[in-house]
Amino acid sequence: MNSLHNKAAIAGIGCTEFSKASGRSELSLASEAVVAAVTDAGLAPSEIDGLVSYTLDPTDEIEVARSVGAGDLTFFSKVNYGGGAAVGVVHQAVMAVATGQANNVVVYRAMNGRSGQRNGQGVSGQIVTSDLVHWSWYQVYGMLTPGSWIAMIANKYMNKYGVTAEDLGRVAISQRNYAVTNPRAFGYQKPLTMEDYLASKMIASPLRLYDFCQESDGGCALLITSAERAIDLKQKPAVIRGITQASTQGQEQMTSFYRNELSTLPEMELAAKRVYAQSGLQASDIDAACLYDAFTSEVVMQLESFGFCGPGEAKDFIKEGGLDIDGRLPNNTHGGLLSEAYIHGLNNIAEAVRLIRGESTNQPKSIEHVLVSSGVGVPTGAMILGQS
Amino acid sequence: MSESLVSRIKPVLGLDNKWWWDQAAEGVLAIQRCQVCQSLRHPPRPMCDQCQSQEWDFISASGKGTVCSFTVLHHPKFPGYDYPLIIVLVELAEGTRITSQLTGCEPDEVDFDMPVEMVMQRDADGFQLPYFRPSQ
Repeated sequence: MNSLHNKAAIAGIGCTEFSKASGRSELSLASEAVVAAVTDAGLAPSEIDGLVSYTLDPTDEIEVARSVGAGDLTFFSKVNYGGGAAVGVVHQAVMAVATGQANNVVVYRAMNGRSGQRNGQGVSGQIVTSDLVHWSWYQVYGMLTPGSWIAMIANKYMNKYGVTAEDLGRVAISQRNYAVTNPRAFGYQKPLTMEDYLASKMIASPLRLYDFCQESDGGCALLITSAERAIDLKQKPAVIRGITQASTQGQEQMTSFYRNELSTLPEMELAAKRVYAQSGLQASDIDAACLYDAFTSEVVMQLESFGFCGPGEAKDFIKEGGLDIDGRLPNNTHGGLLSEAYIHGLNNIAEAVRLIRGESTNQPKSIEHVLVSSGVGVPTGAMILGQS
Repeated sequence: MSESLVSRIKPVLGLDNKWWWDQAAEGVLAIQRCQVCQSLRHPPRPMCDQCQSQEWDFISASGKGTVCSFTVLHHPKFPGYDYPLIIVLVELAEGTRITSQLTGCEPDEVDFDMPVEMVMQRDADGFQLPYFRPSQ
């Protein structure tokens, strides 16, 4: 259980520009992000010996390897389940580094998520897999988008605890306030008021336009190496205190509608239990977070999964400013997927690294530990980063 | 494009789910049942997660249930579906849940725990699938 504790660190981060129409291939974006991550760490691309990405990523590891001039690869892997893979790719890299399978592993995700393949376009075809059978139960009724799937759980949770549109709006506004000062973000210099939020178009009730993340073109990459080696590299390392994947009974991708209790996130509770046990830390030790935020409701529910408050108390935690820069848990200080960009969660991990380095555009004072989570409503994961 | 020319996305049909759609085509809302431990399950799967038996049959559901959760979809609008589209998660009287569409109800009238009943929808192209409506 403790075998991955303090074994590895994130020693380099790299991001391309985030846009709505990159005009470039995903290979081009991935290559730029990967080179940026190794350069940030003070390494050369030829020192890369491991590469990991998402099964949804269109660019295979060896395409990236040839493109950037990587060295010989002794570890390559992909992780399934959309944004659930965000921590998962780092988890793969950490295991590889901790067991000596590779020394310098780069994880990457590059997508033309707006100008190219957008989420929620649906799938169809002649091939029958258990995954396609799963989606078909929903598609036949017109549930074709992530928003439609998430809304079902969000509505149940909000009804149970009396969570209002204003409560969700506070999450959107808190994160937009961070993005306003972040030049990488779509929300840069574009403040959002509660009036704007409430007037925005209903998409999948109870979720409005501003409850949804961005659709973005861009790439992100992270360099993972051993905690020991990271000390000698260029940047202050973000040491991985604990990291895990998590999927629980009754798990479906996005539509776990058949569990007894629908107002909790059991997979996130499992992730919480494991990262806290592995790191020897608890919620009170966490100074900031990058909670996966494809939708505002996900942030609300995760506050309870990770024990920052009790069941039904997240709305009050948020109302009291808990997510803001001077609050109990500054969250997604770059704007997150909602207001910076949606690079499937890897940009949230990059921000968590900046928080450990003390380099966020919105740096709260005194950051010792940062919690990061992967996609909500899917097989997921979480990790805690700390100072070396 | 004219409404009648565009139909909903049809389910892929494999060994584990085609039988259920065959029942729907006959007007039956089926619930899979383990032949060994008798537990009911939906959506269908080849193995019982309680006793690991792959022997199963099914029962014909009463069609009675209540709304466990719901969402009203406004955007994006896909061809083959009518908007606003009310999607309901129905808790059936038999204890399993099913995701479906609510018909005969205004979007602002759908509510939690609302009693509903199954009505078999037949599309213009002959495809059948269970819908629900407020209990009458």
